[in-house]
Amino acid sequence: MLVGLGRWCRVPPPRGVCRLLRARLRWRRQQQQQHYSGSKEPSLGGRGGEATGRGESRRREKDAYDLSKFPVENIRNFSIIAHVDHGKSTLADRLLEITGAIVKTDRNRQVLDKLQVERERGITVKAQTASLFYHHEGKTYLLNLIDTPGHVDFSYEVSRSLSACQGVLLIVDANEGIQAQTVANFFLAFESQLMIIPVINKIDLKHAEPDRVAKQVEKVFDIPKDECIQISAKLGTNVDQVLEKVVEKIPPPRAKLSDPLRALVFDSTYDHYRGVIASIALFDGWVQKGDKIMSSYTKKVYEVNEVGILRPDQYPVEKLCAGQVGYLICGMKEVKEAQIGDTFHLQKQPVEPLAGFKPAKPMVFAGMYPIDQSEYTNLRKAVEKLTLNDSSVTVHRDSSPALGAGWRLGFLGLLHMEVFNQRLEQEYNASVILTAPTVPYKAVLSSSKLIKEYGEEEITILNPCHFPDRLHVKEYLEPIVTGTILTPDDYIGKIISLCQSRRAIQKNMVYIDDHRLMMQYLFPLNEIVVDFYDSLKSLSSGYASFDYEDAGYQVADLIKMDIYLNGKCVEELATIVHREKAYSTGKAIAERLKDTIPQQLFEIAIQAAIGSKVIARETIKAVRKNVLAKCYGGDITRKMKLLKRQAEGKRRMRKIGNVEIPKDAFINVLKRQQDK
Amino acid sequence: MLWPCTAHCLMHPLRLARNCTVSLPLARNCSVSLPLARNCTISLPLVRNCTVSLPLARSSGQFSGWGLTGGQVPAYLDEATLHQAALYVHWPFCERRCTYCNFNKYISPSVDHDAMRDGLLRETETLLSVSQVKEITSIFFGGGTPSLARPSTIARVLETVARVTHVPHDVEISMEANPTSAAASRLAEFKEAGITRLSLGVQALCDRDLRILGRDHTAQEALRSLEEARKLFPGNTSVDIIFGRPGQSVESWEEELEELVALCDHHVSLYQLTLERGTALYKQVQEQALSIPEQEKLAEMYQAARRILGMAGFLQYEVSNFAKSGAVCEHNLGYWRGRQYLGVGPGAHGRFIPWGEEKSLREARIQTLEPDNWLREVRQFGHGTRKRVQQTELDILEELLVLGLRMNDGITHQLWLQCSPGLSLQEAVGDSPEVKQYLEKQLLVLDNRGLRCSWEGLALLDMLLPALLLQLQLSYQKSVTHSLPSTGFVPQELGSTTIAHTYRET
Repeated sequence: MLVGLGRWCRVPPPRGVCRLLRARLRWRRQQQQQHYSGSKEPSLGGRGGEATGRGESRRREKDAYDLSKFPVENIRNFSIIAHVDHGKSTLADRLLEITGAIVKTDRNRQVLDKLQVERERGITVKAQTASLFYHHEGKTYLLNLIDTPGHVDFSYEVSRSLSACQGVLLIVDANEGIQAQTVANFFLAFESQLMIIPVINKIDLKHAEPDRVAKQVEKVFDIPKDECIQISAKLGTNVDQVLEKVVEKIPPPRAKLSDPLRALVFDSTYDHYRGVIASIALFDGWVQKGDKIMSSYTKKVYEVNEVGILRPDQYPVEKLCAGQVGYLICGMKEVKEAQIGDTFHLQKQPVEPLAGFKPAKPMVFAGMYPIDQSEYTNLRKAVEKLTLNDSSVTVHRDSSPALGAGWRLGFLGLLHMEVFNQRLEQEYNASVILTAPTVPYKAVLSSSKLIKEYGEEEITILNPCHFPDRLHVKEYLEPIVTGTILTPDDYIGKIISLCQSRRAIQKNMVYIDDHRLMMQYLFPLNEIVVDFYDSLKSLSSGYASFDYEDAGYQVADLIKMDIYLNGKCVEELATIVHREKAYSTGKAIAERLKDTIPQQLFEIAIQAAIGSKVIARETIKAVRKNVLAKCYGGDITRKMKLLKRQAEGKRRMRKIGNVEIPKDAFINVLKRQQDK
Repeated sequence: MLWPCTAHCLMHPLRLARNCTVSLPLARNCSVSLPLARNCTISLPLVRNCTVSLPLARSSGQFSGWGLTGGQVPAYLDEATLHQAALYVHWPFCERRCTYCNFNKYISPSVDHDAMRDGLLRETETLLSVSQVKEITSIFFGGGTPSLARPSTIARVLETVARVTHVPHDVEISMEANPTSAAASRLAEFKEAGITRLSLGVQALCDRDLRILGRDHTAQEALRSLEEARKLFPGNTSVDIIFGRPGQSVESWEEELEELVALCDHHVSLYQLTLERGTALYKQVQEQALSIPEQEKLAEMYQAARRILGMAGFLQYEVSNFAKSGAVCEHNLGYWRGRQYLGVGPGAHGRFIPWGEEKSLREARIQTLEPDNWLREVRQFGHGTRKRVQQTELDILEELLVLGLRMNDGITHQLWLQCSPGLSLQEAVGDSPEVKQYLEKQLLVLDNRGLRCSWEGLALLDMLLPALLLQLQLSYQKSVTHSLPSTGFVPQELGSTTIAHTYRET
């Protein structure tokens, strides 16, 4: 049985979903085909020059582009979407090469992944845009390609990118087949009413089964299997066909050059020297240097300094016209001014703003503090700069008795948090302490005094320290998500018990081919936030994939658990847990602390407690011997260095009473052991 | 960035000493270039000998007075100790590689004994001249396996020392030896050459463990060698023994030590096996082919050894060293008391003031590690000094703190004030709340004798040192800021590094 995802049918009926989904899919496809055939006549099937072949299209363009040369019908805006590692960025490299945007060499590896963290981790974090010029049947087309992130945490980037597109290439690995993010991304595109071109990649692999995957595509997405283009992005096999299909199947943007300017801001980056660089998609009109434009959101007026296209580097042009995608610089000093989803129009010609985006919703919160308080100001600047480029991070000021002044940051997921931290380190040379991540719990207050104090009945708790006492609370709520898991059926038993151990409720389960399953569960967010993905990957030898989306809140029996070291409460280690899980979590935290805190001169008692009741205890024994055996004149340099480093470390150690705690303990603590 | 004049100065320290002073102001401008300079000396074959000075002295006033007059005495040492030094001579060769050893040693089937002798003689002469030492207080032949050197080599080194400087007639001259039958047969010759004290690497009295450690002798050979050594060096034979060996139990260790105590002479050095990266043993433990006892067990073994040796009349005078009838090792005590020492031979370390180069700041020096390169440099320049780092007063105090507290007597007020006239022990470390806590818990003792570890504290010294070092740094900085305007005494805040690079690509 095939299942619609939570985004789609919030409360999916247990039966008949499959049929319902199919019906809606079919209806949508018909709509698209109509649209496609309707807009066909002016642009396609161009006669003209037989002389222009593919050879010419490979030639690198050198002339300046007058973008007004490109009538709207010769423009295609599209994205590549896929599960992580299915070859989006590699295909993007090939497309860039074929169209001459970059010179073909062996070194073009994930050209659009500009960030160090992207290259290191082999993931795309930030959507990137590239404008390509493609010659096909005597016409030159302007193809705007938007590379999108593949990981679950970054789906907001995907949906934003899609708003500027009319079609997508849905890449599926010929070996791995459809995975969780394939499904999620498909529905993002589908809901945005985009033309979807399925592409089966990596057919050069030894174990590739493109036909089996094509059947999956037909079964899950209801796209006839013969529509799948089978390619190898790595070797370049059939990549030409992809461009041809883009031109043939994806409709040109519906845009009018004659109407006043209407441009959607779908992304923005920050440049130290030039300020905000906004990525825009022009729906109507045109814009050029010197134009006075206004933001529909802030009502501020700016003068345009530069417009251009990204190929993929910034390439200034005279003007950008309706249907095109490019960048715009207009002296914005703060990225907040370039609100994602905002509409720009000419100052003198206001227009109806385009539908914007829902702001990205943080799912994971963590405290971030400078290692040394003297670095606070520098860190603040770094965080500000970085959030300029990543507006999905929410920032609240916070302070802790132990760690001083810092922030409570909200992230889209754990990978997002790690990536943010890594970017802080790599791009701003900042080093920070992150506390254990938590999810945004809610409490419905009963005490009228508290309601008055907070100004509302339902409050969101970002920091466990602010957890209101049960006495004043009607009920607690926890965020839940709909999780989709795709897996070979060999692992079904293990995965079901993993999900049960995470308090998950199974919603659906369906075979997508002979031995691959799609399962859907309702998870409490805090159960998957830290390490669910890792556990899933390891127990399925990497074969299972996982994606989730917001599914609101549910009532939960929550309690606050405190951690004591030698009788002193450690505020930073307080956690909110489900009553059912209190004992096991307390035990796990105590054990982990035991491993993290080094032995000291005295015994350390670690206690996890709920209220005044201790539920877990561990003891770290005192050190009995620690002295270097041999220490002569010879080489004491090494020993001196080590001791001096330890002396320096003393300044940075967090002390609870007499107990010294290394600062990474705070994040290590909540990571779970492997689920056994 | 090279200063040829300085280079000359290193080659001919005495003749060209005047040129040396010229290089200092030049070098002052190049504080940033140090890492560069290090690279460039290695990569440029033309560079024969390059010195980059990094004077980071606090004020230029300090510069003008910098040893140029030759007579200025640093405030931190008295006249007697200032011109005394111990001498360490390194013999870098071994017959085989012990599985736990990461020392600077080489397994060479054919050692050129004549060349090594000449090298050691030449470097001894040079360093004695550079340091202008007036009296050698002790000599130690270490290794490697110095008992593999020819007795005549030892004799020649000792003759050279005696010729160049004053050597008291009863000076302690120690040598390390492996307890093999071959070495045992030559002990008399070494005694004849001038050795007065022998340190015998017995390590274990169990053949299985000796094999695991990769030693080149059996337990029986070791005992026979010990017997021979005691005959030749009565009261002056030391035994090295290792505990914490793979598979060792507390009980077997106690039995083994009891056996050893009954047979040994007046000195025992007791080492816990440390796993050093890159050694065969480290690898075996990593691969779980072997496992070493747990921390708790190791602590028990150490305390058991202290108890057993104590009952047998041995006084623990340092973390790892036990002596009866006052048979302590003077040479090692010199290290722990922060005295000067010269290091001769490949990879040897030294701490001394190069008076002969018209300098009055103490330097930490390391000789070139690899014997062939070392030899080539000695032939060319008279010495194989590869690295020189000027030590500030704070550097010296930090070393004294770390090393001095290893002795059961700790650091006496007198010893401390010799190195630190401006800052008493109480002022140096007493203000730290953690140190106060250590004193309260009686891990440390600070009284009218000085600062030292208690019996319990000695076993935990490495946990006490970070807080002590931190407080010393804080107190020192405070005292420097306070004393700066009022007194003429200007302490050094930062060290200055000199890389004496004598490597030449061939």
